[in-house]
Amino acid sequence: MSSETKKKWPLWEVFIRSRQGLSHKHAGSLHAADAEMALENARDVYTRRNEGESLWVVEAVHIVASSPGDKSTYFDPANDKVYRHPTFYKLPDEVKHM
Amino acid sequence: MSKDQFEYVLRAGDDALILGQQLGLLTGHGPVIEEDIALTNIGLDQIGQARAWLSLAGRLEHAASSELTLRDEDALTFLRDAPEFCNCLLVERPNGDFGDTIARQFLYDNYAVLWLEAMTASSNDEMAGIAAKSVKEARYHLQHSSRWVLRLGDGTTESHSRMQASLGRMWPYVNELFDVDELTTRAASEGWGVDPSKLRSAWDAGVNAVLAEATLSRPDDDFSMRGGRTGSHTEAFGFMLAEMQFLQRAYPDCNW
Amino acid sequence: MNSTLFDAYVADEKKIEPKDWMPDAYRKTLVRQISQHAHSEVVGMLPEANWISRAPSLKRKAILMAKVQDEAGHGLYLYSAAETLGVERDDLYLDLLEGKAKYSSIFNYPTQNWADIGAIGWLVDGAAIMNQVPLCKCSYGPYARAMVRVCKEESFHQRQGFQIMLVMTEGSAEQKAMAQDAMNRWWWPALMMFGPPDGDSPNSAQSMKWNIKRFSNDELRQKFVDMTVPQAELIGLTVPDADLKWNEQTGHYDFGEIDWSEFKRVIKGGGPCNVERLAACNKAWNDGAWVRQAATAYAEKKSSNATR
Repeated sequence: MSSETKKKWPLWEVFIRSRQGLSHKHAGSLHAADAEMALENARDVYTRRNEGESLWVVEAVHIVASSPGDKSTYFDPANDKVYRHPTFYKLPDEVKHM
Repeated sequence: MSKDQFEYVLRAGDDALILGQQLGLLTGHGPVIEEDIALTNIGLDQIGQARAWLSLAGRLEHAASSELTLRDEDALTFLRDAPEFCNCLLVERPNGDFGDTIARQFLYDNYAVLWLEAMTASSNDEMAGIAAKSVKEARYHLQHSSRWVLRLGDGTTESHSRMQASLGRMWPYVNELFDVDELTTRAASEGWGVDPSKLRSAWDAGVNAVLAEATLSRPDDDFSMRGGRTGSHTEAFGFMLAEMQFLQRAYPDCNW
Repeated sequence: MNSTLFDAYVADEKKIEPKDWMPDAYRKTLVRQISQHAHSEVVGMLPEANWISRAPSLKRKAILMAKVQDEAGHGLYLYSAAETLGVERDDLYLDLLEGKAKYSSIFNYPTQNWADIGAIGWLVDGAAIMNQVPLCKCSYGPYARAMVRVCKEESFHQRQGFQIMLVMTEGSAEQKAMAQDAMNRWWWPALMMFGPPDGDSPNSAQSMKWNIKRFSNDELRQKFVDMTVPQAELIGLTVPDADLKWNEQTGHYDFGEIDWSEFKRVIKGGGPCNVERLAACNKAWNDGAWVRQAATAYAEKKSSNATR
């Protein structure tokens, strides 16, 4: 066991489109030596019950993520831009739908 | 004609059944969890195909001689002895190491895709229907086994020599897949079956291409092992049946 | 964030995600629990896989293969959840192979007859579901999400197991005897799956505080007994417990004393199949080493060709 090469199969993240018209959604992860294998493994691990009709796999190291520490810097500034939401605008009662 | 069709369909059912039985032994013992799941999926497809072919075989037999009781998929699986099985010998080769499992699968998948594609044109609608469903599965199996042949053949020095040895162990069982006999001749001429010899050149082309890319050499055709189609099986086969059939034999006529 | 704020945060039903700050003890608890859970799924394949080659019908064979395959999937989902905590799957797995990690002791019992496959699905998976459903709301997001997927898949497992038992209890005298025999052997180990009694479960209180655990071991065990006893009666099986009886006052079944010395012995390696289970895992892993290395080498060749 100890003689095994240190190099392990990388981690891949799996995204599934459950049906036409929807976007791909993160389903989980797995290990695979190469991209083809990752796609096949994703099919076998995450779509055994018709969960999808299209798959994306991406090596986990290639995902760039915002960090929790940046949460307030990144996302709080959107808090006071209420004018971006339709509910900000009061309409006369006579206008039923807009 | 139905009796011919029964025997012909039985061959397909037995091929799928025995391969599925072998792959089932590997569940829980794969080289890595993902591949464990993958091989089990292939095994499940084989069992599914076996059920379809064997059910059809039972109905065809019954249609040929209605005085016989109808044998369903389980009667045909669990209550026949070795000489009545007519699978090719290739699928009963032991799982061996992962290289053997992949070599067996790769050689068989190449045949299965071609045979099933041809069978989609069968004049018998039921056969054509099962073939059309199965060929999609077989194409996936072929992709999976081909990629493993590439990885093992062109991987490390050790994997290369192991894969080459595995190919050599399975190779004597290839020619039988393409043997023509009276049954296949009638099946082909009547339009509901396939002349297996016509599949050979496409099989060679497909296999040769992958072997070349995998830096593996094609083994020599020194010996050919035959007999599966006529019920003459390898030594290991009896043990496999004993295991597979044990419950039905020990406790006959039960529901499970 | 600090420990006090963190405790209040999770107590408020808020979720923790991989990169969030968390106390070391929380991380350690999760890694231990999730990896043990993953190991249990993987080792748990073995007793059932024993019967794939001997399944009594093709339908049962297919169901069993799909079921054992699901366990592999569950192991994988859980290892993935553990990996979000900064550990590597192979390292966790090596701990298992070297006998350093624990897994559910129930899988150290042998599957002796076909009804054991029914009993495992019905009782063992039944107990597992009871343990797992609350985990779908666990405070650690990746674990909770993995459990949602696991629970969704697990429900067919319990049903197929119960159905095997049902068919056998309606069958021949020999089949009934097999079903009862399996019931006798799996009942008590299934009750042990909920872990030691509350008074003897050192990590429970902290896990409850962190919303990793939501019900105590004894609560879940009682729930399982209350649910399962009527099912056993329905199919004419006797629960192997002379002290089992309905208690009008509590509205629960009273049941006999669990042999905790057996539980401890099996966990420590003294169960009937501990040696075989670890040997099988080690064999598969060692036999697969050249395969994993080959795939790595091939991938490296291909990517260096592509960039050349």
